[in-house]
Formats: sequence, structure tokens, C-alpha cells
Amino acid sequence: MTKYTPVIGLEIHIELKTLSKTFCGCRNDPFNAKEPNIYTCPVCLGLPGALPVPNKKAIEWTMLLGKALNCKINTVSKFDRKHYFYPDLPKGYQISQYDEPIASQGWVKIKNQISNSKDKSNEEKKIRIHRVHLEEDTGKLMHSGVDTLIDFNRSGVPLVEVVTEADFDNSDDVKAFLIKLHNIIVNLGVSDANMEKGSMRLEPNISVRKADQKTLPSYKVEVKNINSFNFVKKAIDYEVERHIEILERDEIPTQETRGFVEKTSSTVSQRSKEEAHDYRYFPEPDIPPLEFEQEYIDSIKVPELADDRKQTLMQAPHNLEENLAENVSLSKAVTDYYLSVFTLTHSHPELSGINVAKTLANLILNKKLFQNYPDPQESAIYVIETIKPKKTDMKLLGSLIERVIASNKKTVEDYNRGKENAIMYLVGQVMKEMKGKADPLKVKEALLKKLKKE
Amino acid sequence: MKKKHSKLILTSEIITHVARLAHLKLTPELILSFQDQLSSVISYMSKIQSVNTDGVPLTSQVTKLTNVWREDKIDEDRMFTQAQALQNAKKSKNGYFVVKAIFSE
Amino acid sequence: MLLDKSIQELHAGLTKREFSSEDLVRECYLNIEKYQTKLNAFITLVDKEKALQEAKQKDRDFKPGVSKLYGLPYVLKDAYISEDMRTTAASHVLADFIPPYDSTVNKKLKKSGAILIGKMNMDAWGHGGSSENTDFGPVKNPWDTSRVAGGSSGGPAVAISTRMAVFAIGEDTGGSIRNPAAWCNITGLKVTYGRVSRYGTIAYASSFDTVGPMAKTAEDCAVVLEAIAGCDPYDSTSSPIPTEKYVDLLKKNTRNKIVIGVPSEFFGKGLDLEIKTAIESTHKTFASLGMNINEISMPLFDYGLPVYYLIGPSETSSNLARYDGIRFGNNREKFSQETMRRIMMGTYALSAGYYDAYYKKAQKVRTLFIREYEKALAECDVILMPVTPTPPSKIGELLTDPLSILLADIYTSTQNPVGVPSLALPAGFTKNKLPIGMQIVGPMFSESLLLTIGHLYQQKTDWHLRKPILVFNKD
Repeated sequence: MTKYTPVIGLEIHIELKTLSKTFCGCRNDPFNAKEPNIYTCPVCLGLPGALPVPNKKAIEWTMLLGKALNCKINTVSKFDRKHYFYPDLPKGYQISQYDEPIASQGWVKIKNQISNSKDKSNEEKKIRIHRVHLEEDTGKLMHSGVDTLIDFNRSGVPLVEVVTEADFDNSDDVKAFLIKLHNIIVNLGVSDANMEKGSMRLEPNISVRKADQKTLPSYKVEVKNINSFNFVKKAIDYEVERHIEILERDEIPTQETRGFVEKTSSTVSQRSKEEAHDYRYFPEPDIPPLEFEQEYIDSIKVPELADDRKQTLMQAPHNLEENLAENVSLSKAVTDYYLSVFTLTHSHPELSGINVAKTLANLILNKKLFQNYPDPQESAIYVIETIKPKKTDMKLLGSLIERVIASNKKTVEDYNRGKENAIMYLVGQVMKEMKGKADPLKVKEALLKKLKKE
Repeated sequence: MKKKHSKLILTSEIITHVARLAHLKLTPELILSFQDQLSSVISYMSKIQSVNTDGVPLTSQVTKLTNVWREDKIDEDRMFTQAQALQNAKKSKNGYFVVKAIFSE
Repeated sequence: MLLDKSIQELHAGLTKREFSSEDLVRECYLNIEKYQTKLNAFITLVDKEKALQEAKQKDRDFKPGVSKLYGLPYVLKDAYISEDMRTTAASHVLADFIPPYDSTVNKKLKKSGAILIGKMNMDAWGHGGSSENTDFGPVKNPWDTSRVAGGSSGGPAVAISTRMAVFAIGEDTGGSIRNPAAWCNITGLKVTYGRVSRYGTIAYASSFDTVGPMAKTAEDCAVVLEAIAGCDPYDSTSSPIPTEKYVDLLKKNTRNKIVIGVPSEFFGKGLDLEIKTAIESTHKTFASLGMNINEISMPLFDYGLPVYYLIGPSETSSNLARYDGIRFGNNREKFSQETMRRIMMGTYALSAGYYDAYYKKAQKVRTLFIREYEKALAECDVILMPVTPTPPSKIGELLTDPLSILLADIYTSTQNPVGVPSLALPAGFTKNKLPIGMQIVGPMFSESLLLTIGHLYQQKTDWHLRKPILVFNKD
């Protein structure tokens, strides 16, 4: 298996949640439409004589996503027509962007998911973004016996295409990248990025080369119809294995488009789409070109993203460990909540000596603190009550310790023989007897003292 | 007016390929006559090759405009009712346009 | 005949109640009834009673201060979308298409109070220069019914020439307004690209298509242009440059000395001698109006047709991709041969392997043409040219050889890739009493200047007043 290296790139389509469509003022809400074909007009139905007028917000959101992916925003851009015939494509061409996308040459850092040696487990990997461009979505086809039904509610909905370089060599990195990308999109608020509904669509292209081969493989296979991150991983794993099998026979896998089949976690050839494509791109004459002043580009501001928040949480006064910081920072709402509660609690006199940040982060991540106490004020009161050191009844403690030691002879022996962990079991037993009304640190102290004496 | 140009020949394979791209079903007779006609026309047009265009940019539209766009607003006035959307369709069913089943997966 | 009057005269007459809108509509239908079967100008005619009802309503609602077009019957080339009224582009593909929306130009005219009475025959999709490439039968020339009316806006030209309507809206992609105007002895304006909204115009070649008036005189064209010009939020390519008071400006000749450039290349081999002589003899008239004639040179002339016939079909192959018979209309098998030929040509010019040599090369030469026009128009104010190389051809003559169809556009097809406006107007007749047209081309957005020159010329001449013998017979 080490003889081969997968070469994987991604094409991701994201539907923007603008109010109106890309090139007309029709309502952009295809998933909540109560009926088919109720959000159409001459433009998105491709009627004779209709003309497109681009949606400024769709352009700006494409730019915003490009910026969030560390892309260069091109000062000159334009739309092009991409031609092919399909019943869901009303004009016989899709208005897209060919050689002058809105954004290009970006990158996203992910944590390396697979590492050769343990000490490199935190190493980051940079995935290069080839381009980010704006285009229009097609209508939707449904198959019903001998008929194919077409609904154009989705026709013309703004669609951003993100294309990565073929920088991935394993499916785990792909999944990590997609989770991160999804998080960025949701944070920007430009899309629901719902894979089930299809407002985020994933198309990996996969090939495999011999490990010692420096050049890229001469073929690639694109997989469509994938609606979850896990399925992407499964599709890639399936394909890689399939390609290796073919390569082992000294053959080359066919360049083609395949569809993912959920039931079997495998892929099948989509032969109907295999006709040689010649999209005959040319500049869309109905839309004048785009030219952006640097000042305008600068005015599109990327809000704080998860990575920025994570950095904040890893610094003083929080000093959270990376894992905790990362998990809290994923959602802006959760981070904001953490910060409010932290502000209200961390300098509370009763909590001196306690790592409030860490405890609070754990309560949020593991104990549904946010859900149970959504109001930071109430939450702060609860948190202080919960984590402040307990007053300990020392007299009661003394007698209980004796009882616990007496009834746990075996554990005490273990401890004496050097099994230090055993002490925690005993602390737990005492705490139980005290019905939690004790400071575990004090209990441990007392226990150690007692055991030393014996 | 007609000048003699060395006539370029478009093969029937090219004509068939182009017809497929253009989604046109051509009869064998039409393929033959287009082969001849397009060959003459393209040959005539080929004289454009002799114009020196080194360093000349393309012009794909002449408006001299840039950044013509609209605000993100819903234009209810222009939206069709379902009946209007479907009124010219050859076939519709339950609010959908209908075509003969096409291969998908 | 009331319809011989200019739009301004008609407006004055309506205002003074000397006659009514109903009278005008009646006269139109009288002429339509007389000539339509002979000339085949209409594809769809509004029901006479309906049109009369509308006219009567307009007469009742007449108020001082209404638009100059109020109550005037007009026709549209059938390339314009008309809400709830069949729109075919003269193709069987759209034989039964009833649009659920309206073109901007038609909306504006309706709003001005003008009365639409019909949709006019043309070369299907604008593909042609004779109005023979139509699925509704060829349009015949009223000056000689064995000849073509020109195209692609043949139907509208015939309607004006035979007084079936007061004015018409044509569409010009490579001469489609000017060519039939010249061959039917009327006046037609190809506007600057972007001057009039294209929204609702069935696209031929999107970066060439223009919407313009066809009427009896330059003055009438000015009135109509004022009503239809302007920026449209539904057309990204329509210009925000303010429109002008084209009619008022006709009387104010702001320029001291207009210089008319005559490019020798446009008067060389291939131009019919009678046409050449007729246009040259206009020099004297222009001189008498205080204008100067200067010879200029436009050496790229020979490459005009290739630029037009590589880019035009490329765009048309794209624009006609939407006709799949699913959402409207019939399927692609209903395209005529000429249309299929153009789709094939364009698809070829855009396809992998040929794109650079044809489409891209043509777009570069297009840039050179823009520069050539800029240079020429730096040496003069306007350029005088023929419209067509020959008088109207015999019906069927052009259809035999696709190259000869193309050559009919040789003088009119270089302006569209550049975008400049051009006014075509009557300039004389051949010995056989066939009309001869000339065109005056100006810089971008110089419609006012072109109309003024045309108006001055038409006050000195009477070519534009002459009517085909068909009309004289019945008068």
C-alpha cells in the first residue's frame, strides 16, 4: 500500500443565501418553496429576450469567501458563458467565470490528520485554493417513470465554486479541510452550507500515482452526488483502492465522472455524462466586466473566524489548551458565551486558585452549560456555585476516611505497593460518602496524611 | 467581389462533431451541403488571419461600462405565477415542466 | 392620406381634433387590407376591431400634454417580445409562443399611448438581409414585388413604405434596419449600442444588437427615439449617458461647419454604379447646406465581413441554445437551414482548436476596427457610405449562395462590432425606379448629429416623400 500516493483535489459548490437570485430579482429560497416553478421570471427561465443583471451582494460575498480563504481578489473580473445542453439548464449555457475569477491563489491551513511520527502530530498542512468564482445554479430534475420533471425555482441561485489544488494525499485531510471550510462559510453567514439539501456540494477528483513518480497522473476521476463529509471520505477511500487495483494490473483507470452510492459506499460510472465536453466559453456580452478598486476590495471585511478566536483563547488570560480552544472557537456564539461568562467569573474571590478558563470550557463542551444556562449572568452564578471550593466538615471527614480505608483494604494495599492512581479511587469513595460536600483537594490531602501514618 | 481563396475543407467528422455540440440533428444530405457551404464561408472568413493583431486586446463588448449590478432585492413585479411560467410549455405536470426521461445517475 | 403626414403633424392634428386616432387606425387597416396579401409584411396582425376600440379609447382619453406618439398606430419587428401577443422571430420554433412579459421598448411605447397593431415579418432570428429566410413566407418589395424588401427588418420597412403604420421598431445587428430602409425608401436609425434597451429583444448577436426606429423621415425617427432611448435597469449594457432632446435639436444646428468623410474603400469594386453615382451626387446637396466633403481612408474595410460573420454567428450559436422546446416553443429541428448554418458556423468558430484562429482573432480585429473608426471620426464629423452594394435582389436570388447573402451586408456590418450609430435614408432611385439608400455614420452617441444632418438633407430633397407605385394607384 505504501507504493502509491493518492492525488486528490476538491471542487466545492456553495449556494449563497442572498435574498434574490444571481442575475434577476426572483426569490432565492428554493428549499422552502411550497410549489415548483413559483420563483421564476424571464431571466431565470431563459425566455427569449431576457437579460441578466448581476446581484452586487452575490459578488461581494464571493469576494468575502475568497478573502476568508486567503485568496487574492482580482481587480479585473468578468462573467463568461459556459455551454452545454441539459434540461435543467434553461439558456443552454451557464453564466460562470472562466479565466478571470473573482478570487484566486488562496490557502487554508489544516491540522495534519495522518503523521508518520507521534511528535509531529500537531503539524499544520497548507491546502492551496486554486480559485473562487461566482456562477448560477441550474434547475432541479426529478425522475418520475417515463418522465423527467423540471423545477426552475433553483435556476439562477448564486453558486460559488471553490476549487482547491490537488494538494491532498488522504481522505482524512480532505474531511478535516471540508469541516474547516464549512465552518468558515457558516461563520461568514453567506450560506446555509447544508449538504443534505444540496446547498453545499462536494466533488473530489481523485487519481493515484506511484510513490516514486514525480509527475501527476495522466487521468483523474471526478465523483459526484456526495452529501456528507463522511461520504467524501468513503468515496475517496473506495476510489483510491479501485485505482490501485487497476494500476497493479498495469492498466490506467479511465478518466470519467462517477457517482457515489450510499448503500454500498462505492461509486459507479456515470456514462451518460461522458460525452467529450467542449464548453465553448466566451465573455458574457450581456454583462459589462467587473473592475474593483483596491479601496473597495479593502472595504469588504472578513469577520473574526474560528482560527482567530482559537488564537485568542490560547493566549492569556485564557491560556486554553489547543484542543479546548479549538472546540470552543468553532462557533462564534459559543465563543462569545464563553467570553461573557469568563469575564463574570474569572476574578471572583471564591475561585482563586482555580483554572476557571479550563473548567468553564469543559462545562460548555461537556455539560451543555450554554443550552442549560443561555443567559451569561445566570450561568456565571451557576458556575461559581458549582466550581468554588466546598467547605469541608473536617470532623466528619476524619471518621469517613477511616471507614473508607477499612472497607477498601485491597485498594489501600495497591496504593502502598506504589500504584499511585489508587488514591483517586479512594478520594472518590470519600467524596461519595460526603455526598459531594467537600473539597476534593482537601480530601486527597487528608487521605495521604492518613495513609502515610499507617 | 468574390476573391479566390484556397478553400479550406471541413470534413464530415468535423461537421458531425459541431452539430452534436450545437445540439442539431442533421440529415446526411444536410451534413453534405453544410460541409460544402461552411467550407466556402470559413475559407472566405479566413482572410482575417492576414491581419496583424500582435499585442491587440480582444473586444467582447463596446459599452465601456464596468460594475453594472443591482442591489439584492426581490423583484416581485417581474416574478411569474406558476401558471405563467408553464403557459408555453409543451408538457407540464403538477406544476413541473416535463421532458422524456433522461439518464441521470 | 393622413399617414403621409409626419408624426409632429399628426400629433398637432390630433391635438386640434382635426382627425382622430381612430381615423389613423382605420387608414392603416385600409392599407393593410390592400397590400398585406401581396407583400406579406405582417406575421401577426392585431384584430382590427380591437385596435379600433383602443383608438377610440385613446381619443376619449386625449389630454393636452400627452406624448407625441399618443394615439399613433405602430408595428414591431417580430423580434420584440410583446406580452400576451404571439412573438415568433419569424421562426417555426416560436410559432405558438405567447410571451408572459413585455420588452422594454414595447412597454415604453405603450406607456406613451401609441397603439400596437402588428408584429412584422423578418429573416428568422435576424439571420439574413432579405426577409426571405422566414418561416412565414418572404416579404416582397413594394417598389417591385418580384424583389426582396431587404432585411432582416423587411416587414417593418414595408409597413412604413406602404403606410400600414405611422412608425416601426426595427432591430439592427449588421444592417437589419438600414438595409430594408434603403431598399424600401424609408428612413431608419441604427442607434449606438446601449442607447436603447435590448430587454425583450430576441437576441441575434448580443454585443451587436441594437433597437431603433424606422419611419418616413429623420424627424420622425427623432420623435420615436426620444420615446424609447435611455438606461434600463433590466439591461446591464444600456447606457447611463443621458438622452437628448432629439427633436428640438433638429432645429439647432450647433456646429458651424460639418465635415463629412467619404472613405474611398467603401466606393470601390463591388458597388453598383448607379448607387455610387446617386450617393456622389448628394455631395452637392450637402455642400449647399454648408457642409464639407473630405475623402478619408478606412483600409480595414475588407476585413469587416469576417469580423461580423465570425462573432455574430458565435454569439447566435449561444443565444439560440435556449430553444430546446421544453419551456416554450418547438424543438431545434424547426430551425431553418440558414439559421442552422449560422449556429454551425458559430459553434465551429468557438470550438476547441478553432477558437483562437476564429473567435479570438475576430475579437482582436474588432479592436482594430474600433480604432479605425476613432481615427476616421477624428478627421471628420460623420462618414457617408452606401447601405447596400446593389439594388434589391430578385426573390430567391440570394438564397442560392450563402456567401452572396453575406456580401449584401458588406457596408452595414462594420458599424455593429464597433457600436457606432448610423442613419440610413433615401438618396435616389435607379433607372428602374428602385430605391437607393445612403448611410451617415457618426461617433458613439451622436444620434442627434446624425438626425440633424438627415433632417437638413430631407428638407432639401424629396426622395423620402416618394411612395411605391402600389400606393399611388389606390390613392
